[in-house]
Amino acid sequence: MADWPLYEVFVRSKHGLNHKHVGSVHAADAEMAMENARDLYTRRSEGVSIWVVPSSAITASSPDEKEILFDPSDDKVYRHASFYKLPDEVGHM
Amino acid sequence: MSKAMTQQEALQEYLLRLADSDMILGQRLCELCGKAPALEEEMALMNVALDLVGQARNWYEYAAELIDDDRSADDLAFRRDAHDYRNALMVEQPNGDYAVTMGRQFFFDAWHYFTLASLVKAPDERIASIAAKAAKEVQYHLRRSSEWVKRFGDGTEESHQRMQTAVDDLWRFTGEMIEADDVEQTLFKAGIGPNPEQLAADWKGLVNEVLTEATLTPPPEDAWMYRGAKVGHHTEHLGYILAEMQFLQRAYPDAKTW
Repeated sequence: MADWPLYEVFVRSKHGLNHKHVGSVHAADAEMAMENARDLYTRRSEGVSIWVVPSSAITASSPDEKEILFDPSDDKVYRHASFYKLPDEVGHM
Repeated sequence: MSKAMTQQEALQEYLLRLADSDMILGQRLCELCGKAPALEEEMALMNVALDLVGQARNWYEYAAELIDDDRSADDLAFRRDAHDYRNALMVEQPNGDYAVTMGRQFFFDAWHYFTLASLVKAPDERIASIAAKAAKEVQYHLRRSSEWVKRFGDGTEESHQRMQTAVDDLWRFTGEMIEADDVEQTLFKAGIGPNPEQLAADWKGLVNEVLTEATLTPPPEDAWMYRGAKVGHHTEHLGYILAEMQFLQRAYPDAKTW
C-alpha cells in the first residue's frame, strides 16, 4: 500500500461554510480515497461534504519564495479595512 | 420446524438470525484490528465491524424482550452455544486474504441490504426503526465491498485470480442466505419479512452485475450449497469464534467490574 497515491482531503463542516483541508489519505483510486476520507475524517460527524484531490494535482508555493511572495504585503497596512477611520454615522459594521 | 410454529416464534427466531449474523461478522472483522493491510482500511473495517455489533445489540434487545425468559441481550450474545447460534454460514468463514474478506463482505452486504430495505417497511415499528438505522450503514458497507470486488477483479492478474478464487470458495455458502425456510415464509405471509423470491432475485441480480463489472465469472447457479445454519448446524469455525468471543463472560459470569 506504500505505492498507493496520496490524496488531500477537504471537508465542509456545515452548509454555507467552505471546504477546509483536514489531512490526507493513501488510496488506489478516487472512490477508495473518498471512502477512506469518510471513514477517517468524518466519523464524529465532522462533515456534510468531502472533496478528495490527488496530491500530485496541487501546485504549491515554494518555501524559498516566502520573502518575495509574502513580505511585500507586511508594510501595506492600508490594505486592511481597520486602517480606515469610519465616520461615526456609520456605526458598527 | 413444525406447522405449529406461531408468528411470534418465527419472529424470535428471525431476530436471532439477524443479530447473530451481525455479531459474528463484527467479531470476524475485529480479528483484523491491528493487522489490516493499510491504516485507512483498518479504520474502515473497524467502522463496519462496530456498525454490525451495534445492529446486533438492537436486534438482541428486541429478541430478548419478545423471548421474555429473563435473558438479556448480553446473555443471548455471550451465553448461547454454537448449536443455538443462527448466523449465516457465510459470516463465520475465516478472513483469509483480503479478497476473501471483501468477497464474504460483499455477498453478505448484498443480502443484508435487500433484507433491510424490506424490513424498513415492516408494520412492527420496532423492526422498522432498527432497520432504518441499519440500512444507512449497510448501504455504505455494500458500496465499499462492491468497489473492492471490482478493484480486485479488474485489477492485476494476481488480484483477479485471488478474487475469482475467493468468489468460487465462498459461493457454496450463498445458497442458504437466499433460500427461505418456514420461518421466513411465515414472516413473509404475515407481512413482516421480505418476499423470499424477490430477495433472491434482487441478490442474484446485484451479485451478477458486480461480478460481471469486475470481469469475474459468476459460479454456476446449480452449484452444490452448504445448508444448516438456520437450524444450528455450523461449519467448524463457529466454535472457535465463540470460544474467544464468550471467554470473559463464561469465565467470570456477571462480572461487574472489569
